[in-house]
Amino acid sequence: MKLIDALWKDAPLATRGEITPKLGFALTVLLAIVWLIPFLWMVVATLRPASDGINAMAELMPSLKPTLDNVRDAWEIGDFPRYTINTTIICAGILLVQFVTITLAGFAFARLDFAGKTLIFYLFLMQLMLVPVLLIVPNLSLVAQLGLYDTLAGVMMPFFASAFGTFLMRQAFEAIPTELEDAALIDGASLFQRIRHIYVPLSMPSFSAFAIISVTSHWNDFLWPLMVINSPDKRPLTVGLSVFTKTAEGTQAWGTIAAGTLMVIAPLLVVFLIFQKRFISSFVTSGIK
Amino acid sequence: MSLAEPAALPVATSAAARPDVLKRLIVRFKASLPAYLLLLPSLVFLALFTYGAMGRVLVDALYQRATPKAPVRFVGLDNISAVLADPAFTGAVINNLIYAVGTAVPSIGLALLFALALSRTHAVNSALRAALFLPVLIPMVAASALFLFIFLPNVGLLDYYIGRLLPVLPNWLGDPDIALYAIMIITIWKNAGYYMLFFLAGLQAVPEDVMEAAHLDGAGPYQRLRHIILPELKPTFLFVTVIAILNAVTQVDHVFVMTQGGPSNSTNLVLFYIYQQAVEHYDIGKASAATLLTLAALMGLTALSFRTMANREGGP
Repeated sequence: MKLIDALWKDAPLATRGEITPKLGFALTVLLAIVWLIPFLWMVVATLRPASDGINAMAELMPSLKPTLDNVRDAWEIGDFPRYTINTTIICAGILLVQFVTITLAGFAFARLDFAGKTLIFYLFLMQLMLVPVLLIVPNLSLVAQLGLYDTLAGVMMPFFASAFGTFLMRQAFEAIPTELEDAALIDGASLFQRIRHIYVPLSMPSFSAFAIISVTSHWNDFLWPLMVINSPDKRPLTVGLSVFTKTAEGTQAWGTIAAGTLMVIAPLLVVFLIFQKRFISSFVTSGIK
Repeated sequence: MSLAEPAALPVATSAAARPDVLKRLIVRFKASLPAYLLLLPSLVFLALFTYGAMGRVLVDALYQRATPKAPVRFVGLDNISAVLADPAFTGAVINNLIYAVGTAVPSIGLALLFALALSRTHAVNSALRAALFLPVLIPMVAASALFLFIFLPNVGLLDYYIGRLLPVLPNWLGDPDIALYAIMIITIWKNAGYYMLFFLAGLQAVPEDVMEAAHLDGAGPYQRLRHIILPELKPTFLFVTVIAILNAVTQVDHVFVMTQGGPSNSTNLVLFYIYQQAVEHYDIGKASAATLLTLAALMGLTALSFRTMANREGGP
């Protein structure tokens, strides 16, 4: 009772006696626990020795003899270091090119006046509506024509331009006082110098928000790399994990699957737990990716 | 007015005006040139992978090969009618509609509950929000790997803990009547925390003084929800619904990992059908026709939210 009172101490006085909000809160706590169960099982099953047998596999109580055998098996069967490198290359490559394209385009929309601005604005907006994942079939044939089938560059290319990022940067740049740019202009700074030394350094929060969204969404991408990549050594983590799961499922090696899954999601979870506030505010702005 | 008259009039004046207009256009283009150069890198990639892709879908949908190696020939709308006549496609559309409603409604409802319960910020609520948000971060493929075991017959997590409450143990992923609902659970688990964020943001827009006035007037929690909070959240609802439907069409990785559209096509969704046509049957014509139909449906939906989006981005 005391705990509940403590949680409600900043609520308006008139509402503190109400029972419905407390029931809703209790239900939410219950569901939050349910929401965590798959993660809990993953950790418990990873540490469970194979000798416990298949019937104890679902037990959520941790085993008394924890072992890292599953982690070792997953590490050996699945080529996870290679997959991690591939995913890192893909995410970093996309992000680097995106930084250039969205900075330039965002600046044009924020600060320059040009013929056809409205038309081009709507062309960009269209990308937000056209959910790229639906265009996998035509984009696969284009990537093949460009000679990029089964390459990491082929996986990255369709994401090099980002309407979402462009609009985010436009918003950030518009908030920067023009006086700063005028001062630089008087000192004879060129257009690129002004972007590089005034606009970019002052927009770091927007860049980091965009980076969070871009990296998480491409870290988790599955269907597109599945179609583009053919060689096992070029698979990203998601495709690697799905192949690994298929193999291990056949032998009922659930502990190994749990260990493999843990390895794939651990980096994102660790980064999230450190930068929780930033992640959440970035995801709010990301309504449309 | 006859057509000749207005045509004749400008001729007299334009002899002097034309170089002027042309000059003004050139000046305007020259002034715009830096902006075009800055936009060029983005426009090249958009042209290749967005507008170009749209164009290729349109064209590819009109051609067909008799065998995978045969030359393409023009077949007009045959691909479209073949897709519409394909029971696998119509089945996938129906599955996708059930899946869209069955995932959007519960996940939005839960998201609203979570947001209302956790709207005030303190350490406990922040931890609960983080817990509910965790599934959003992980790849759908990883979620599928975990749920493969959760749904495993007899020894899986679900049967182990709640199976004894049921007279007959259901085969969650193996029963064509249940499998689609089983994969919906994953989607709800994965997305509710994401939609919660938008409701949390929306709740901050509910005016403090109106809520206070409601307290003074003795409005109960249900009345405040019904008459103050929900009307205020209307734009959020609209926005989240559009995202939830888009997700129901595009976020189908778990079908690839867990069911491959089976058993007996009961979890076949539109995007998986497109993938099957393109990659397994090498039928680009049919895959493009199905893509075209899906794009048309989604664009109809997003056209509704287009104005909202343009406003969100602040207009040109």
